[in-house]
Amino acid sequence: MALSTEEVRHIAWLARLGVSEDEIERFRVELSVILDHFRVLQALDTASVPAAPHASLLQNVTRDDVSRPSLPRDSVLANAPDSQDSCFRVAPILE
Amino acid sequence: MDTSDRHYALSVHEARRLLHSRGLSSRELTESCLQRIESVEPAVRALISVCADRALSQADEADRVLSRGDGDALTGIPFIAKDVLCTEGVKTTCGSRILESFVPPYDATVVKRLLSQKAVLLGKANMDEFAMGSSTEHSAFFPTHNPWDLDRVPGGSSGGSAAAVAAGEALFTLGSDTGGSIRQPAGFCGVVGLKPTYGRVSRFGLVAFASSLDQIGPFARDVEDCALVMNAIAGPCELDSTSAPVEVPDFTSCLSNDIRGLRVGVPREYFIEGMQPEVRLCIEEAIRVLEGLGAHVDRNVSLPSTKYALAAYYIIAPSEASANLARFDGVKYGLSVDGATAEEALVRTRGQGFGDEVKRRIMLGTYALSAGYYDAYYLKAQKVRYLIRRELDEAFEKCDVLATPTSPTVAFPLGSKLDDPMQMYLSDVFTLPVNIAGIPGISVPAGYVSGLPVGMQLMANRFREDTLLRAAYAYEQATEWHLRRPAL
Repeated sequence: MALSTEEVRHIAWLARLGVSEDEIERFRVELSVILDHFRVLQALDTASVPAAPHASLLQNVTRDDVSRPSLPRDSVLANAPDSQDSCFRVAPILE
Repeated sequence: MDTSDRHYALSVHEARRLLHSRGLSSRELTESCLQRIESVEPAVRALISVCADRALSQADEADRVLSRGDGDALTGIPFIAKDVLCTEGVKTTCGSRILESFVPPYDATVVKRLLSQKAVLLGKANMDEFAMGSSTEHSAFFPTHNPWDLDRVPGGSSGGSAAAVAAGEALFTLGSDTGGSIRQPAGFCGVVGLKPTYGRVSRFGLVAFASSLDQIGPFARDVEDCALVMNAIAGPCELDSTSAPVEVPDFTSCLSNDIRGLRVGVPREYFIEGMQPEVRLCIEEAIRVLEGLGAHVDRNVSLPSTKYALAAYYIIAPSEASANLARFDGVKYGLSVDGATAEEALVRTRGQGFGDEVKRRIMLGTYALSAGYYDAYYLKAQKVRYLIRRELDEAFEKCDVLATPTSPTVAFPLGSKLDDPMQMYLSDVFTLPVNIAGIPGISVPAGYVSGLPVGMQLMANRFREDTLLRAAYAYEQATEWHLRRPAL
């Protein structure tokens, strides 16, 4: 299952991952080998098998909708690369 | 340095007796571990950070409690946590440049539980970046070296945690296991490593890799120590909605030398071509020991879906990882690289902050979840998960535990599997199904091949850590593998 350079570039864009042209080629080769290995699954007939999305057998775990103390704002912002007026600060997203 | 001071070599249960009888103080024990760390770290490099001052004041606090005649099983006991676990005020990097300077504002639940018993946190252990790897060579900072042979890997991704226990740097450590990341390094480093049932231990404060697979568990030099740590960390947690509302027994009361009548299954698919012959011999001998102790061994158990586990895992885990790692965007914490636009900053931050293996897995997962491929990959893998789980459920109707090798080989040389990612992935073939099914698994020392440890893996049914620990303990006590130490 060989991926094309375009496909790798597209995947990197979807994941918002900065990759160089060299990396794109290297990953293209490596990912193609890995995806090739996945073909073993196609041989398995799973038409009547349900999907098991989880290892847990729990469902719909909820708690009462009661507000509780949260982390202090200062400690939340302590790791922020850029903050202002008790907010995280980012470059404009929409011009 | 006083070479007669080998307090660092004590087991948790031995140290507990001495601490409570005041034959030893937590300060002495902690100082011994800190000295040991200083002595072996230049060679082993198991740790990313050491918090000596904080540890010593925690030790003093523990001593105050112990002098009053109070204290719990782990009061005053020094431990190390894998750097994927949030520790308030202590740098937590996940082995990644993208979190190189991150200091969490809260403790993971497991850390909080240990600290509330006044255990002593010595530092944070090295790991493959974001827990993605089987050798700790994918740490963004440096590789860890196997204490049994410094030219070899300790395994991964919890390689630092495993090596630290083997080298005597702490009395126990915490790791995390998504596809084998506790059990495989435990096997490679000749220590005990346990992955509990999914939901047994809270994941709050564990930086998520694959949310349906991740579990936290202990490393220690013997099974009783693991049971003591499990008592402290297991149990429901309000902050983790996948944590199971299941009561925690006293895991130490499960330990027994009597396993007469224990039904041990040996699945044929775990004794494959391409596994190291000496490893196979070790495990076959270990299973004979179980038989000699009165266990009923069934060598005809078959789990045909085993051969699909690798592919299913390398679709499910990267898919979940691609979602979990989307949060690393340079906005709230971590590395933040400038860009002309917000999007450029995002792309550059993630490009520079993540290493190759992480990028590979994010891309694999993104692809498997993308439009047009979701059915063929992710949905297919979830169906394979159902089959693997069902097969194991059926096996546990006839068996109490399953016994297998932990890994097809002993620890491999540093650098030997970096050229081909698939080669690295293959070292986890025996451990992956346990995570996929959500059942508990343990690796115990089962021999040595040319001086390198071999691990035997035992698996049990969901929430049957009692049976698992009983089988592991009985085997351990009938052998002496766990008493050997590396010549560091």
